[in-house]
Amino acid sequence: MNARPGDALLARLLGFGRTLRRLGLDVHTGRMLDVVEALSCVDIARRDDVFHLCRALLVHRHEDLDAFDRAFEAFWGPSNPAAGAAAPAGGGEVTSGEPRPARADPMGLLETQTDVTPAADDEESLDVPAWSDTDALATKDFAEFSASELAAARDAIERLEWQPGVRRTRRWVPGRGSRLDLRRALARSVRTGGDMVRLPRRARRLRPRPIVLLCDVSGSMEVYARLLVHFAYALSRRHRRVEAFLFSTRLTRITRQLRAPRIDDAVDAVAHAVPDWSGGTRIGAALQEFHRRWGRRVLTRGPVALLVSDGWDRGEPELLATAVARLQRSCHRLIWLNPLIGTQDYQPLTRGLVAALPHVDDFLPARSLRDIADLAALLARVG
Amino acid sequence: MPASIPELQQRLAEQRYVCDRGLAVSLFIALKLGRPLFLEGEAGVGKTALAAATAAALGTDLIRLQCYEGLDISHAVYEWDYPRQLLELRLLEAGGAIDRAAAHEALYSERFLLKRPLLQAIDPARARPAVLLIDEIDRADEEFEGYLLELLAEFQVTIPEIGTVRALERPLVILTSNRTREVHDALKRRCLYQWLEYPSFEKELAIVRVRVPEASAQLAAQVTALSQELRAQDLYKVPGVSETIDWVSALVALGHERVDEQGMGETLGVVLKAREDVDAIRGVRVSELLARAASRATGGA
Repeated sequence: MNARPGDALLARLLGFGRTLRRLGLDVHTGRMLDVVEALSCVDIARRDDVFHLCRALLVHRHEDLDAFDRAFEAFWGPSNPAAGAAAPAGGGEVTSGEPRPARADPMGLLETQTDVTPAADDEESLDVPAWSDTDALATKDFAEFSASELAAARDAIERLEWQPGVRRTRRWVPGRGSRLDLRRALARSVRTGGDMVRLPRRARRLRPRPIVLLCDVSGSMEVYARLLVHFAYALSRRHRRVEAFLFSTRLTRITRQLRAPRIDDAVDAVAHAVPDWSGGTRIGAALQEFHRRWGRRVLTRGPVALLVSDGWDRGEPELLATAVARLQRSCHRLIWLNPLIGTQDYQPLTRGLVAALPHVDDFLPARSLRDIADLAALLARVG
Repeated sequence: MPASIPELQQRLAEQRYVCDRGLAVSLFIALKLGRPLFLEGEAGVGKTALAAATAAALGTDLIRLQCYEGLDISHAVYEWDYPRQLLELRLLEAGGAIDRAAAHEALYSERFLLKRPLLQAIDPARARPAVLLIDEIDRADEEFEGYLLELLAEFQVTIPEIGTVRALERPLVILTSNRTREVHDALKRRCLYQWLEYPSFEKELAIVRVRVPEASAQLAAQVTALSQELRAQDLYKVPGVSETIDWVSALVALGHERVDEQGMGETLGVVLKAREDVDAIRGVRVSELLARAASRATGGA
């Protein structure tokens, strides 16, 4: 055995902590000291106990569990009962060159698709029209925009004022509401010798409604996809509670990607997160997946749901109708934005749309800047 | 206080809670380090049950705070008993001239203090540290989370009219979340984090046998296999372990020794809670499910 096993172990642990930090886990030195303290309470010859202990102390997000498990395995050697214990594997810190495991899998897949993803870089050199030029663009169809006009539109979308409607929360705060504030009333009455001069009241706090954005980025929506990401970014910049999802054949949550401080980083991250840009459309199936995986987590506190799609659905109409109906029941207001509304002779006649429309609160156009501005105004009203 | 992890598991088993090694390690460390334990997982995997079983295993009280939006200090920590205070104020008044300081003293004494769960948990008068269950923290709002952060750091509460109340011994705090909302990292960082999965067939069967001992071995195995099968289906709301337990209990109450089409039809509402799910499973697929579950049960046994 080592002369001072404690020091050796501590050094190894700190190395492990660094590895975890590099993987994006939120681990700080204080936590590592907790691990050292906790290790004195268990038998460190039992590898699984050490594993569970480190896991409980060093991870606090469900999505980090996988990365942790792999890092533990790599750092402390594979779980081989014969090798036993937390005996450090010779290798040391392993992950320096590796991509982040959480995103490692789809990477290879993504590389081949980057050419169809709307990465913003390739347009840096284009002239961006001045802000005033967008007046003329206000009613033009996004689909007919040139690259420079698109840049102007993105600018305009970013400048829009988003003030989503409010809801009354269940938290009571001092104000002119319907409830008596007994605590303050009594405190005051002591001051006035037992008389209630004026009755203080409480009102419910108002909070902006959460927004849930579900955007179709399948093949038929391709021309709008890039703007949609900008729209989602602008919305989540202005408003704290925005949950955003993109779908074509599969559903991808992009809420975290949109939190990037710079829009280009956000667009980049989104482009990498979505495995199936411009694929086929199965709106019903995508919405069902949304309900199963995310519904109970993001459809809380009276949200406004925005569904952006042209309604070209290759799935079963009944499936779409059921999924849309469920969405409507789970939110305060369901707004379907369709870039095809307003195009010549457009009638919402696809079987899926016909089945789904009865369950939609608003069915609105979204093909020009004016439409987007109208939407912003509507959102402010629907509290 | 249990001296070892196996002892803790043993004591929990006496409370009819089947606790695997990983969870036992976390709970043991939480007790040893005096840290809160944050349990996250789908509904019905035994988060709340763990708190109850732990309190019983440690021979102490369980103090439970159910969270909801708008939960505030007057419901979570303390409240003054205003009607009685007002009455007292009138009595003082009727008794003659009242002196402001004396009135204040009389009105804001512990006699009129209503202790809510968080204050109860840190009450220094408590004989032994309690288990404090803060249930479904994801339902509370950020204001409450912020307050909790403060409380969990110091284990003390300041009541302006009385002074500071501080726990002599820290309670074991267990927080649960169904993840309907992402709880703030700052709060989770103070806790030991434990994610609870749906159990394996063997573990779930063990739980069912312990919780519903009156069920026949065949019934328990069949229903457990069915639950596991349903979890693999595309359902809006898959059953948790608590649904499995309810399901077995319901079939026992109806006098079934084994599950058949009829028994399943009668009790499907116990286990599936969304109309779409009941529609999807009822009828066509019952026999198929039973067959698959049967093969799983015999394979497992």
